[in-house]
Amino acid sequence: MTAALNLVALLGRTVLGLLRALGQVSLFAAEALSHLLRPPFFLRQFVRHFAEIAYFSLPVVALTALFTGMVLALQSYVGFARFNAESAIASVVVLSVTRELGPVLAGLMVAGRIGAAMAAEIGTMRVTDQIDALTTLSTDPMKYLVAPRLLAGTLALPLLVLVADILGVMGGFLVGVLKLGFVPQTFLDNAWDILQPMDVISGLVKAAVFGFVIALMGCWCGYASRGGAQGVGQATTRAVVSASILILALDYLLTAAFFS
Amino acid sequence: MSGSPRIRLRGLRKAFGAKQVLDGVDLDVATGRSMVVLGGSGSGKSVTVKCILGIITPDEGVIEIDGQDVAKLSRADRAAILDRTGMLFQNGALFDSLPVWENVCFKLLAQKRVSRAQARDVAAEALAQVGLAATVGELSPAELSGGMQKRVALARAIAARPDIIFFDEPTTGLDPIMGAVIDGLIVDCVKRLGATALSITHDMASARRIGDEAAMIHKGRIVWTGPAETLGRTGNAMVDQFANGEREGPIRMELRR
Repeated sequence: MTAALNLVALLGRTVLGLLRALGQVSLFAAEALSHLLRPPFFLRQFVRHFAEIAYFSLPVVALTALFTGMVLALQSYVGFARFNAESAIASVVVLSVTRELGPVLAGLMVAGRIGAAMAAEIGTMRVTDQIDALTTLSTDPMKYLVAPRLLAGTLALPLLVLVADILGVMGGFLVGVLKLGFVPQTFLDNAWDILQPMDVISGLVKAAVFGFVIALMGCWCGYASRGGAQGVGQATTRAVVSASILILALDYLLTAAFFS
Repeated sequence: MSGSPRIRLRGLRKAFGAKQVLDGVDLDVATGRSMVVLGGSGSGKSVTVKCILGIITPDEGVIEIDGQDVAKLSRADRAAILDRTGMLFQNGALFDSLPVWENVCFKLLAQKRVSRAQARDVAAEALAQVGLAATVGELSPAELSGGMQKRVALARAIAARPDIIFFDEPTTGLDPIMGAVIDGLIVDCVKRLGATALSITHDMASARRIGDEAAMIHKGRIVWTGPAETLGRTGNAMVDQFANGEREGPIRMELRR
């Protein structure tokens, strides 16, 4: 009986903890967003973080998308050849990349690269009193540290995903033409015919949401970190794990909203 | 102490979980005077200053600056008070991502009181006041020694010409000579600005050098106030034990064996 009660208590504590964290993150996000509407604006901070996300993440996102498109074409060929449906490969590649793989894989790569960096930087600022110093210098830390990162994440990831879409389809095209023997024009025609504006738009909307979530979790975990180097390390891990899980969960919800 | 105090604390209480850090702090700092708050580690010195600056919200009590209860002020009025204050943090708290000159002029740049071009000159002037060359402005904080970081942090604290300045353990981690240099700079800067200063320290030599008055905080309460020059011979057993670094006395260290 006691064991059962302990189990229920543990479950209750976990759920309450999750709800508390959800409330705290929501309030944190709302406050940060309110600073985007009220001057002063720290344009330099925005530009710095936008460049960090959009430009410096480009190589890793580009390579991920290129190889994913190539693998997708190969794997699809193996499966579709059994049913003489090889001509559908271009359609599968273009739809998979634009709707799902582009935004999700770019999101996960950026979560690992940028989410971790944001949590580590803000966490270090927290444990070395730099955030308190901002307050004493008449600068709201939410306005200076968090709001520009949220905006940069939201705007930069769609650009990365646009590049990922193009390179992912190009990867599939290269494998299709050079290895599987497709006629280039036929591959492109098949891809173009199936592609609808909504396929690309839904991917870009997902990217914007994922970019916001990555920046939010990076900032929140860093901001809430305590206890020196160990605390900063834990914050970094939490930022990447929570952003990755949220990306996958939100991907399902957004896919359901767009296509069901 | 004549006239109304510049900073007035009454019944300040703050607990973190079960630990009561501040247990009714009462303190007055007169205009243009330098007050040093002494106390051991964990006695509540830093929390007191963070409450005054609005970084930590006290559970109870009144904080008045220039006769205004800061808890009752609007966001804008509180910001106006912060505009007139400077703070030197124990570890400097310089921003790693910015060069020294941007650190020094951070408040002025954030409030657009100077352009970026003017800021380099203003930073050079502030750095000169703390005995550093203008070329230091181009370095990053990570390239500076501990003493230089303290000086840059002091330059940042005074660059916007505040009339209330807080110093948190200004000489901690410095060798005695550099500690004396920093204390001298603090006294010069405070006098030049005509500012009111509140410092917290457990360095007795530093306390005597920078303080006009001193107060001792123990277990979250102010247990003594008096002239800083009398530290070590105040007649208060607790203060004298602390000031003279004696093992035996009314203050018992909580050691686990």
